Amino acid sequence: MNESMNCFKGSQAYVAGPELMYAVNVAIALEKPLLIKGEPGTGKTMLAEAIAESLGKELIIWSIKSTTKAKDGLYVYDTVQRLYDSQFQEGDVADIKKYIHMGKLGEAFTAEAQPVLLIDEIDKADLEFPNDLLWELDRMEFYIHETKETVRAKNRPIVIITSNAEKELPDAFLRRCIFHYIAFPDSDTMRKIIAVHYENVERKLLDQVIETFYWLREIKELQKKPGTPELLDWIRALQLGGVKVERIHGELPFLGVLLKKNQDFDVVCEIKEKGYTRKGWGV
Amino acid sequence: MFIEFFYLLRQHQLKISIKEWLDLIGALDKGLCGPGLLDFYHLCRSILVKSEVDYDKFDQAFAQFFKDFESPFEIPEEVWKWLNGGEKSKEELYDKIDPNAPRYQLEELKQMLEQRLKEQRSCHRGGNYWIGTGGTSVLGHGGFAEEGIRVGGESRYRSALQVANSRAFRDFRQDNIIDTRQFQVALRKLRQYSATVETARTELDIDGTVRETTDNGGFLKLVFEKSRKNTVKLLLLFDSDGSMLRYSRLCSALFQAVHKANHFSDLKVYYFHNCIYEHLYTSPYCVRGEWESTEKVLNTLGSEYRIILIGDGAMSPTELLRPGGNCIIGLYNELPGIYWLERIRDKYPHHIWLNPIEEADWDYAFGHVTIAAIRDLFPMYELSLEGIEKGIKKLLVNR
Repeated sequence: MNESMNCFKGSQAYVAGPELMYAVNVAIALEKPLLIKGEPGTGKTMLAEAIAESLGKELIIWSIKSTTKAKDGLYVYDTVQRLYDSQFQEGDVADIKKYIHMGKLGEAFTAEAQPVLLIDEIDKADLEFPNDLLWELDRMEFYIHETKETVRAKNRPIVIITSNAEKELPDAFLRRCIFHYIAFPDSDTMRKIIAVHYENVERKLLDQVIETFYWLREIKELQKKPGTPELLDWIRALQLGGVKVERIHGELPFLGVLLKKNQDFDVVCEIKEKGYTRKGWGV
Repeated sequence: MFIEFFYLLRQHQLKISIKEWLDLIGALDKGLCGPGLLDFYHLCRSILVKSEVDYDKFDQAFAQFFKDFESPFEIPEEVWKWLNGGEKSKEELYDKIDPNAPRYQLEELKQMLEQRLKEQRSCHRGGNYWIGTGGTSVLGHGGFAEEGIRVGGESRYRSALQVANSRAFRDFRQDNIIDTRQFQVALRKLRQYSATVETARTELDIDGTVRETTDNGGFLKLVFEKSRKNTVKLLLLFDSDGSMLRYSRLCSALFQAVHKANHFSDLKVYYFHNCIYEHLYTSPYCVRGEWESTEKVLNTLGSEYRIILIGDGAMSPTELLRPGGNCIIGLYNELPGIYWLERIRDKYPHHIWLNPIEEADWDYAFGHVTIAAIRDLFPMYELSLEGIEKGIKKLLVNR
């Protein structure tokens, strides 16, 4: 890969697999949005931070909510303020520009240096949301009706989009993206991730913790499998609680840190006691 | 150049358009692809595949297309050095092709390569036996054996074919059996907004009101619109015992997904054992007494409910077709199970049956007689993500 261009190699606080780095670099080079999917807790949002940090660029985050409209990301025309100003005769009401506030996308377009734009959890919004952004992301420009101006990106931002797969995204949108699915880290990668977060975890403890954690994830009856953040919390709890290493797998101390649902708790307790469970139905 | 690869991918039901293909060519032109096949694999996958569901299809197609390009063996470092060294020109070699050279099957070649790797001790060029560049040996590259194993300069620690062949994303296949979350996504498609059906206009349309009021010279003029609510009511009937036990994990995933789905206007769940008779149970354990009469359920739930029956439909024909077919001792049914199924079908125009048995086995599986009889009554789909999506489409169609 060409050395002179932006090349993402992971960062100090973020362990990126070679496939992920490849996808990031392809997306940057082809100037296309990178769509990231993956189980909750695999570091989708963190990725954008890591990219911004390692390339030394500003990070602009646009978190999507169920009520977010595509237009919100471009600009907002503050009519109410203008109305007030006209009533109280404050400021120059004729200057409409003053009442146009850039949204996150607009901010990214007008930034002086190339920023990293994170569109977080795009699947939270309405089904039509991604389609409404097609033109803007393709052409990197939009039109402000009130001032009859076109805002064009000074520097094409690096766009990272994350999705939790709660809704399917439209084909036309997908066609314009580079896609990568972050698989759940295997135990070796997980060790690296833990090492990044905690400096000195006893080796014996780590072995036990990882073995137990992947054993838990194998239980198919669980409704919500524990992810990386839960594991990190659990290690912290075990360290602070001073639990003996030998007891971890047998007794599963602080299980509440890993499992967030009552039913899951019951399932694991039953397996611990009897070696099997019939509680799969969750009723 | 790889245009056959493009068509192969499309054959594997990957919806790749010319746009993505051109993107890939563009990326190759820009030199984004590293030297190894593994780099090419990642490049292709990130540009061409848009969902983890399709990763597996891509892996299969990739493995199929490139299977002859790479050797599956661990090649020692020094052999690579010999191979990557200087090559002879083609002209120099043309006259050496032996038309009577033996032809080998791929398996034989693999064995030869393995054996030769053990014997060979030095760099070799232009011969006809050892692994090397040029020459007519069937092993090596740049040579002219008609069939052979290419041992070419690829990424050495992990080959792309190993990656593709490991098919790590098999679990995400759409036709594979599903987990709760994927189920939920599928169920989300089961909706019909009241804005698209005939209901009263009950919600204040603020934008419309402002527009109409200003057009009206400032005098208030209210505009109403139809509310955008999901009007779908759902009745689920689970076969939850006996022969269904082996599918309990799958059914429980569906069960949980349906319960988490809060976009239905109403949701009713009942259970039955094997076939539906006078009673529908209220819990999956089918305990006697914890039930409602089927007659009552049919009378209280209006025909706007959409029905999903989940069961393997595999039973003895008497259980479906004869009075007294109920296999639970002490519950004699006056009316055969099929009578109740027909009642349900006739009352509710929107109905489907989901079967956890693979569709390919429906004609052969244990109980194929009753499965066929039920298929005459209800459109049947496999209980897989693809089956559910098809079924949901069917449920939404106005008939």
